[in-house]
Amino acid sequence: MTLLDANLVVDRGAFRLDLPLHAAPGETVALLGPNGAGKTTALRALAGLEALGGGHVRLDGRDLDRPADRTWVPAERRRIGVVFQDYLLFPHLSALDNVAFGPRRRGARRADARAAAAAWLGRVGLEELAHRRPGRLSGGQAQRVALARALAVEPTLLLLDEPLAALDARTRLDTRAELHRHLAEHAGAAVLVTHDPIDALMLADRLIVVEDGRAVQTGDAEAITARPRTDYVARLVGLNLYRGRAAGHTVHLEGGRELTAADPLDGDAFAAFAPTAVALYRDRPDGSPRNTWHATVSGVHRHGDNLRVQLDGPLRAAADVTPASAAHLGLGPGQRVWAAVKATEIRVYPA
Amino acid sequence: MRAAPRRRRRVPAALLVPAIAGLAFLVLPLIGLLVRAPWSTMPQRLAEPEVLQALWLSLRTATAATAVCLVFGVPIAWLLARVDFPGRGLVRALVTVPLVLPPVVGGVALLLVFGRGGLIGSWMEDTFGIGLPFTTAGVVVAMAFVAMPFLVVSVEGALRGADERYEEAAATLGAGRWTAFTRVTLPLIAPGVAAGAVLSWARALGEFGATITFAGNFPGRTQTMPIAVYLALETDLEAAIVLSLILLAVSVVVLAGLRDRWTAAP
Repeated sequence: MTLLDANLVVDRGAFRLDLPLHAAPGETVALLGPNGAGKTTALRALAGLEALGGGHVRLDGRDLDRPADRTWVPAERRRIGVVFQDYLLFPHLSALDNVAFGPRRRGARRADARAAAAAWLGRVGLEELAHRRPGRLSGGQAQRVALARALAVEPTLLLLDEPLAALDARTRLDTRAELHRHLAEHAGAAVLVTHDPIDALMLADRLIVVEDGRAVQTGDAEAITARPRTDYVARLVGLNLYRGRAAGHTVHLEGGRELTAADPLDGDAFAAFAPTAVALYRDRPDGSPRNTWHATVSGVHRHGDNLRVQLDGPLRAAADVTPASAAHLGLGPGQRVWAAVKATEIRVYPA
Repeated sequence: MRAAPRRRRRVPAALLVPAIAGLAFLVLPLIGLLVRAPWSTMPQRLAEPEVLQALWLSLRTATAATAVCLVFGVPIAWLLARVDFPGRGLVRALVTVPLVLPPVVGGVALLLVFGRGGLIGSWMEDTFGIGLPFTTAGVVVAMAFVAMPFLVVSVEGALRGADERYEEAAATLGAGRWTAFTRVTLPLIAPGVAAGAVLSWARALGEFGATITFAGNFPGRTQTMPIAVYLALETDLEAAIVLSLILLAVSVVVLAGLRDRWTAAP
């Protein structure tokens, strides 16, 4: 069953958003993409803060925006709750009155609205801060008030715009876990916008990778991390990704290089391998590795406990090495090394 | 040689001398007013019925004019700041015309519209049997005419400075534009509205030209403080000084009320 059925088309000069989007009750969909990809525009179109140029937004069997029919339901009459990136809590109202604002507008009596707001603040664990103004809340607390405020209108669709972006690392971890719990309890659908793959992977049931206004890849976390289809996704999940044409065990890459993979495939293909699968040598290695090439080190950075080495040359790639082997190789920018990847480490899948 | 920890940079004389002269020019007249004031007879003078009458009329009409400015000016400011309509620039220019128009001209223009033979005046006379010119209501109209731009400019500035996305947040919570305006926007821009109201009130209190042209000079009905000052100047200099001092005192009180807003360095 589909609760949200949308095809978001917004034209803005040179930029065009064209994004089909569906969500089932209880499902959380993440729009993941770089800045400027059109994620926030998509969210604003769903919320009714921006009109579509084409396509449609249909929620729970009712058209909210369909330019072809001149159907338009303004934001205040959509059952959609929004958690804004910087929360936009009303600075002149207490946390309680911020949360009570929605129920009040939907016709609840003052006392009932405040009781409902107090209950929501209780659910996010902030009942004792109910009378604080937003200016005196920490970032994590403000985020939870914003979530309570959006949920208090009992929305059919909950929208979250970079809900964790404004938080420091420590608060982010706790808040993410808590947000996950609330999203799981939410009966309606939820659409989450983020440029942080961890937020997307942890919070969403399904991911839509948006680049330049279009969906470039859709799937659950596993599918997307295992088989990235664009450089952006590959970078996010930390894989080296190449596009080419497979013929049996050989993938002919764009640019003339070849990679040998263990699994055979025919036709247009992606080839991907992890930086940890790349071994570096000072001299050309003996033995079997089929995928061996001469590369130039263009950069070395810390990456967790290891060092990530950027390789330039016929095949641009990232390689992870231990500090010990980096010292042994004497790695530094400009250095020439031999790189090798075992065929079994290379994943090949249809493009 | 060791450099001074906070070296003061020399102020060029070409800037310092005119600055001091300008300050003297602004402050000396006020000092003159204080020096020439008839302090010994001040209590009796202040208690004179004409003085109290003019003061009471001025306070009442200036306050009423401010209320008129708020009722009409805030919606104008909202339209200018929030609605993108054709000719917005022209409307903004028209709203600020009274700011640069000589008040006497404003008074003449008001007479032509609201006067007995005027466009609206004759209709009002025929329909309701009321006329504005040379009445206390006319004083309020003249004051509101000259004071309105101060309010509109001030409130529009506050609206432009206020984050419009709060209104969007209110909309997603079910608030229509009117509710969002009254419940969210207005509280957020309250300081700007208050500043605009004080400016308008001060402008209305000092109004002379449009008032005397449109409403005339009838003690107790249209003779406001500035008009009383001007007339007293011809007959009784001391009375004029006393009246002026009262207006000066009111201005100082208003300025003190706005101290944090305007006299603090930006």
